[in-house]
Amino acid sequence: MKYPISIRSPIASFLLDRRAPWVWLALLLANGALFTVNLGSGELSIPPLDVWLALLGQGSSADQMILHSLRLPRVVTACLVGIAMGTAGALFQGVMRNPLASPDIIGVTGGASVAAVAVLTFTGSGGGGWLPLAAFGGGAAAAALIYILAWKEGVSPLRLVLIGIGIQTAAQGLTTLFLILSPIHTTSQAMVWLTGSIYASSWSTVYNLLPWLTVFLPLAWLLTRPLNLLQLGDPVAVGLGGAIQWHRFAITLTGVALAAAAVSVAGPIGFVGLMAPHIARLLTGPAYGSMLPAAALTGSMLVMAADWVARIAFSPLDLPAGLFTAVLGAPFLLVLLLRSDRHST
Amino acid sequence: MSQPVLHRPTRRWAGLVWGTAAMALSMLASVKWGWTQIDWTSLFTAYTTDTPTREQLVVQSTRVPRALIAASVGASLAMAGALMQALTRNPLASPGIFGINAGAAFFVVAATSFFTVSSLQSYTWIAFAGAAVAGLMVTLLGSSGRTGLTPIKLTLAGAAMTALFSTLTQGILVMDQRTLEEVLLWLSGSIVGRKVETLLSVLPFFAAAWILTLALSSPITTLVIGEDVAKGLGQRTAWVKAGAALCVVLLAGGAVAVAGPISLVGLLVPHIARILVGYDYRWVIPYCFVLGGTFLLLADIGARYLIMPGGPVMAWLTGTGAKVSVDEVPVGVITALLGVPFFITIARRSLSH
Repeated sequence: MKYPISIRSPIASFLLDRRAPWVWLALLLANGALFTVNLGSGELSIPPLDVWLALLGQGSSADQMILHSLRLPRVVTACLVGIAMGTAGALFQGVMRNPLASPDIIGVTGGASVAAVAVLTFTGSGGGGWLPLAAFGGGAAAAALIYILAWKEGVSPLRLVLIGIGIQTAAQGLTTLFLILSPIHTTSQAMVWLTGSIYASSWSTVYNLLPWLTVFLPLAWLLTRPLNLLQLGDPVAVGLGGAIQWHRFAITLTGVALAAAAVSVAGPIGFVGLMAPHIARLLTGPAYGSMLPAAALTGSMLVMAADWVARIAFSPLDLPAGLFTAVLGAPFLLVLLLRSDRHST
Repeated sequence: MSQPVLHRPTRRWAGLVWGTAAMALSMLASVKWGWTQIDWTSLFTAYTTDTPTREQLVVQSTRVPRALIAASVGASLAMAGALMQALTRNPLASPGIFGINAGAAFFVVAATSFFTVSSLQSYTWIAFAGAAVAGLMVTLLGSSGRTGLTPIKLTLAGAAMTALFSTLTQGILVMDQRTLEEVLLWLSGSIVGRKVETLLSVLPFFAAAWILTLALSSPITTLVIGEDVAKGLGQRTAWVKAGAALCVVLLAGGAVAVAGPISLVGLLVPHIARILVGYDYRWVIPYCFVLGGTFLLLADIGARYLIMPGGPVMAWLTGTGAKVSVDEVPVGVITALLGVPFFITIARRSLSH
């Protein structure tokens, strides 16, 4: 933080580390490389150059067909899901001042899962277009419930986390109930969704996601100043003129919207919301202005990589991506806790 | 610390007798009531007749094993929860919340899927191993770092481990359709269709753990007052903790091997026991035994009636177009839903001090 860049405008002000733009650029390039490799691999592998030719409307028509109708929607979905999860995770960790608070651990994804599985059970089919909407409603309802139950002369971060764990437990119970109630083929379908998979994505998935991201991503970036303030602790934040309860509400709402949107298309892909912000913090330092975009890009890389491995490594089996983020996330968690606990309360 | 409800020894003994009676009555109720109607005479002659009727066969093969399993699993989970809450000084500690049930369940599912384990004895050992691994990981995670073992870190580490193990379990089930059908009901915490052999393979471990826990109840009471006090009184605290940890693994692991992961019994019952008798674990532990057994027996009876064919809930479900393929709610779902309001109450209260 030796030579900070400071950007001030009427609606937002940023304090950036000099390093941050370079980190962003590096992450963007890495994302691009992964994107290209991911698109190029599969039953029919396409060299990187041809991938870009096909994307730009040149190349052979076979390549264009495979990319546009099959691989591109899936990889783009992975990107968007990762961006949403990474950002949501950063927002949650910031607002709760806790390195372990991610949407999947504190009940938001649990709520989304209940609603989605209920839809699968009660309609007895794929749920049609209702699945994303139901997941969003469930996630938002869970978050609202957590917020209300954690309210006691204001919301303390600690209480928020604990209540979230309780809600997550209830959500799991209900999810199991619906799974048991439904016929076995619905159950196995729901199981794939519950593990977190981008398997069934199409262009309509992308169009379902985009509106949420276009509204809430900019909002998240506008909230970096209050997020930075909140890190100083409640008394300091109030002293510096932060309306902390109101800020907390806005940040939580934005986090829920992003997490629920991601869960609604991809299921609860575990640990991305946990890992991405930490990796980003390592790269850019703790200031949210530089960290938030890095978290988004890291999240995108994580989901793309997980889905790529899930699709390719065990071919012809197409495994749920969530399996790999969980396997990656567990040792990460261990290292995280062994290294330090200075952010924890 | 408020005054316990039962503070005189005579009242405590009386309470324990009442609790035992309640557990016995619940067991009787569990055998008597259910989908198959059983009249009192055939119930009481079920084990004395040479030519059992269909009802008496149901009693022998289904009802009695089920009652025994519910009672011993409930008692064991409650005792495990009491031990964990005492050891970690965390009111939210329990095998379900701290990922121990999830760990044991994952190990069992992985073993069935990858190695096609079928013998009951190996089921038990695998569940113990899973419980031990999960317990160790949560303890390591929760006590690492500069501030050491704090309640909030422990709880979060438990939640994270639960998340990890359940994702891994789901992953296996996605890949392996056969295992999915086999274990789904078990995985939701259910004692439907469990045979008495399942219980018998675990019972020696349960019994050993019950006795050891009772023996440890006095040193643990001292330990709860404070580690320094306990050491000052000449207690080898490390041994007491190790013994208690062993008990937790046997109790929780055994419970998962028999009935699958049943959550929040281990959280809820110790709190009720402490409201009744305070912080003297010489009393808390036996109370947990009878109350935990009674609680799970009652929850299991409730689970039978909730979506019974022809019942009102079932009629409503089919009316809404749900395709229901089972005729009972797993008891684990009932305990989870009953327990969560309680969990939230404790979470809200424990932070106000």
